[in-house]
Amino acid sequence: MISVSRVVKSYGSGAAQVRALDDVTMSVEKGEIFGVVGQSGAGKSTLIRTINSLEQPDSGTVHVGGRDMTKLAGRELRQARHDIGMIFQHFNLLSGRTVRANVELSLEITGAGRAQRRTRALEILELVDLHGKADAYPAQLSGGQKQRVGIARALASNPSVLLSDEATSALDPDTTRQILDLIRQLSKDLSLTVLLITHEMDVVKRICDSAAVMSQGRILEQGSVEKLLTTEKSLLGQALFPLGDIPPTSNAVVEITFTGVATDRPVIAQLARQHGIDVGILGAAVETIHGRQTGRTRLELPGDERTVSGAVADLRSQGLYVEVIK
Amino acid sequence: MIDRNDPYFWADLLDTILRGAGETFYTVGVSLLLTVLFGLAAGVLLVTTEAHGLLARPFGSRALGVALNRVLDVVVNIGRSIPFIILMILLIPFTRLLVGSFIGPTAAIVPLSIAGIPFFARLVEIGIREVPRGLVEAAQSLGATRWTILTKVLVAEAVPALALGLSTTVVGLIGYSAMVGAVGGGGLGDVAFRYGYQRYSPEYMFAVVILLILLVQLFQSLGNFAARRLSHR
Repeated sequence: MISVSRVVKSYGSGAAQVRALDDVTMSVEKGEIFGVVGQSGAGKSTLIRTINSLEQPDSGTVHVGGRDMTKLAGRELRQARHDIGMIFQHFNLLSGRTVRANVELSLEITGAGRAQRRTRALEILELVDLHGKADAYPAQLSGGQKQRVGIARALASNPSVLLSDEATSALDPDTTRQILDLIRQLSKDLSLTVLLITHEMDVVKRICDSAAVMSQGRILEQGSVEKLLTTEKSLLGQALFPLGDIPPTSNAVVEITFTGVATDRPVIAQLARQHGIDVGILGAAVETIHGRQTGRTRLELPGDERTVSGAVADLRSQGLYVEVIK
Repeated sequence: MIDRNDPYFWADLLDTILRGAGETFYTVGVSLLLTVLFGLAAGVLLVTTEAHGLLARPFGSRALGVALNRVLDVVVNIGRSIPFIILMILLIPFTRLLVGSFIGPTAAIVPLSIAGIPFFARLVEIGIREVPRGLVEAAQSLGATRWTILTKVLVAEAVPALALGLSTTVVGLIGYSAMVGAVGGGGLGDVAFRYGYQRYSPEYMFAVVILLILLVQLFQSLGNFAARRLSHR
């Protein structure tokens, strides 16, 4: 649905030049929720802005639904943007308009008639659970409610893509979860493709099907979340399951990643029983990703090389992802 | 010296003051209209033709944007730096050309507007600048045209600030109009100068001053009220 190919974007010139996007290639499948994570200054904002052409890349192409956004201008570009909704960290609602009028702005722009605007605005406000607030002004709303208005405005014109620029970064954890769940629900109901950028791992954990990790204008890794979690030395895996530093030990250290099935099996007890290893647990983290228990455990395996490699092979044969750290 | 004991003294005073007030309303009113029209345009252009502004590239040309911005900035500064009394005199030939005379309420409109436009333009500029940049981006993301963003976002969101700017401008124009009055522009200034000063009548002077105070109070309060009602921040 979205495909970014070899995009470069620099700011400034000469020695002060900064490459905000340094040869970025990525693709987002139709209907999936794709998260780009990275520190501030990594280039995420610039990346998401090239998708709807708020930023023009220096080189490379950006396709959305088959259209090359970098080639569009004027009327064609505006029309293409009607199909790409966007929500923002600071909501960006018009303070002088009521909630309904904010949503209607989107429809005024697409040229809908007055009656149609009204009906559609109320309909979409219902969808984001804000129908009771249609005549309130943004200043009278909580952060979560403001973002719901933002979502309603972005989706009023029935786009097939939703871009989310740190949409939950100004919200508290509870509200963040509610907004993320709403986005997830809407993406399913309206078969939306969602591209979001965030610096919060929790966001990826909660709703993303796929993710990319970005740093200094480059994409370091990308793919489905499940695949990234079971990729050796995955930055995303490490960030999601922080196990701390490895303590000094002469024994072998392995990390086991569970996804779904294996979490309820007594893996460690089995190791001890069948291989006679006095397993030591150095660290463990369990997270619910897409409603599935996913976790990583770091184990210390005393014993000779043969015993350890036998144990590792056994674990792998059970469908577990095992990474030998040392 | 006017004879205070003349049985028609107070009736004459009322008559004169009302005529003066009428002329002031006329000159200030028309000047205000022109000031708002051109000042709003100038103020909006000052902000939007800056680098990365909405009209940074009018007709696709950044050079035109830069030129427009520089010229406006310089013109507005010149307009603001010339003392009004001197501006009035400087403009005499121009006023003559435009209205055929440089005396009378209609002629007064020319220097008043020329002084008012840059004044209001700066206030518009401040108001528009306070509209968060994110709002423009949000409208762009919705596929809005520049005109829509200009009217429905930038100007619409600046309306409370514009209302305050407008009342400040009205007050300024009333003040200037008194100055024009003293040199033949009619209005309350003319009454105060000719009757109050040249003919030594404190009654005329006070009446004009009190009326001016009331007018300024009225317009400032109106502006404050409008700004409060229009702002939903």
